[in-house]
Amino acid sequence: MSWALEYLWSPFIDYGFMRRGLAGTLALAFAAGPLGVFLVLRRMSLMGDAMAHAILPGVAVGFLTAGLSIGAMTVGGMITGIVVAMLAGLVARLTPLREDASFASFYLISLGLGVLLVSLRGSNMDLIHVLFGTVLGLDDAALLLVTASATVTLPALALIYRPLVLECLDPSFLRAERGKGSLVHMLFLLLLVMTLVSGFQVLGTLMVVGIMMLPATAARFWARTAGRQMVLAAVLGSVSGYVGLLISFYIDAPASSAIILSAGCVYVFSLLAGPYGGLFQAARQAYARRRRLTQTLTP
Amino acid sequence: MVVRLKSRNCVLRAWQLVAVVCLVMYASFALAVTSDQTVKPMPVVASFSVLGDMVAEIGGDFVQLTNIIGLGGDAHAFEPTPEHVRALAQAKVLVVNGLDFEAWLPRLVAAANFKGLQIVASQGIEPRQLDSDSTHFDHGHSHAATEKPAGPHAGLHAGEVDPHAWQSLTNGMTYARNIAAGLSKADPANAATYAARAERYIEEMKKLDIQVRHALGQIPPEKRKVVVPHDSLGYFGREYGIELIPIAGISSQAETSARNVAAIIDQIRKVGGAAVFLEGTANPKLAEQIARETGATVGGTLYADTLGEPDQPAGTYLGMFKWNAGQLIYALSPTR
Repeated sequence: MSWALEYLWSPFIDYGFMRRGLAGTLALAFAAGPLGVFLVLRRMSLMGDAMAHAILPGVAVGFLTAGLSIGAMTVGGMITGIVVAMLAGLVARLTPLREDASFASFYLISLGLGVLLVSLRGSNMDLIHVLFGTVLGLDDAALLLVTASATVTLPALALIYRPLVLECLDPSFLRAERGKGSLVHMLFLLLLVMTLVSGFQVLGTLMVVGIMMLPATAARFWARTAGRQMVLAAVLGSVSGYVGLLISFYIDAPASSAIILSAGCVYVFSLLAGPYGGLFQAARQAYARRRRLTQTLTP
Repeated sequence: MVVRLKSRNCVLRAWQLVAVVCLVMYASFALAVTSDQTVKPMPVVASFSVLGDMVAEIGGDFVQLTNIIGLGGDAHAFEPTPEHVRALAQAKVLVVNGLDFEAWLPRLVAAANFKGLQIVASQGIEPRQLDSDSTHFDHGHSHAATEKPAGPHAGLHAGEVDPHAWQSLTNGMTYARNIAAGLSKADPANAATYAARAERYIEEMKKLDIQVRHALGQIPPEKRKVVVPHDSLGYFGREYGIELIPIAGISSQAETSARNVAAIIDQIRKVGGAAVFLEGTANPKLAEQIARETGATVGGTLYADTLGEPDQPAGTYLGMFKWNAGQLIYALSPTR
């Protein structure tokens, strides 16, 4: 027993970089999981990916002006992320174009601009490092940023929880009740951008979407209500982060991809075994229905 | 009337002919004069900044140099632009490192329809084999890793060599000789100049080599341990007996694992007093974390795949070498 505990805890006791990586991943998972649940509810699961790309030009401007400084890249990323989200939302409200389509257009423009800006310096080297963060090399500033953003995100989500669920499920009802639907939506987008920008310090812009969406989609198979799904998504994300770091420690795999792949395994397992709409469950129900049918037809 | 017109036409023609002949004669005369007085420099393309500096040292004013990868760029992750294709199409000589360093080059050469002379600068050096024990984190290694033969040696990374051969002055001398020989072949008229300039350049390298060896001789061999961001200074370590512990593999793109970082930290804790270095093109965060955790000193920035800005100490090949050696010696000196 103590041997197993040793196996599971000693890497985090012996090495500071493992503790930092775990702390950063936990903070990120707790903020990103619930946000992911709302994205799934809104049927905008791919929007996280789009937003993660959309912040690139701001990050690039921050990088070009101040080097690898967290403050500049964060501010730049926040600004472009919010601008893209606002523009896409505006276009969706004012024109017949749907929100996902306008998001796609604006994020592509933004991504193109970002690659152009990074390449202007004659090097696409550092872009790679921006896209794939270093979970093993978190310094104090990055840790503070992630934890601070999670600390803001969770209470804010709790505050706007009810109108947000309404806005996701029945926007016309909320409008009829004179709810501030668009304000709530904008606040949600703000939280989303903040979490993504802080997350690219930990896992990188591409991987942070994984820790946001995979636990959320997995939680969908285990819980019915949005609230339970949010709690479960946060827990599943944290477990994936912990397991991923351990895998990276013991079997010599790159850390951030190990974390995302653990989350992927959790998702596949939930897809198969989840009690709400999981494949085994569906198969069993189909089998039971057929048996009932044959029993009633052949008395 | 008709006859008169015709005759006038004939006269006009004759004048035109004279004018054209004069013009042609003048033009050819002028051309001959210019080619006699000012020699047009030979267009040479070098694949990256280190080779470019060597070509400039040896070729001097007789070559017109273009570097494909400019300063600060990383040769591992590089995308050529149309400008590079144009420069290469007009070039007479292309200087490359070889040893699979420029994986993107064959396509570029084909695209530019380059027909000139290709100098492989690393020809004749003793390549450093990458042993799979210490440096097996080459997931992102774009050169040979994907095309490994599935033969009996496949598991041993057969044929994978470290391309960063210029990080040893002995090899640098070979580079200089190869470049001088190639330039002489492409431009025989100035062969003597190239040879003389190369000889002078090699003399400088020899002097620096002796200096570095002397300075490193003061440091006990068991203390010569440093951590570097990626495995790019292997030739330097082999030449001068320094043990280099790379965080990532040979390519700067690979992401390292927690186990590797933990192994490095253990190693430093055991030895004590090792130094952690940063690199111009790599993310410094991981190196800083390792230094924080072990209390090792953070050394300065080392230059591996690229030179520094022209006005900086590491702006030339020799300057870069002097800078790297100075940083290493300073960090390892027992008096600190």
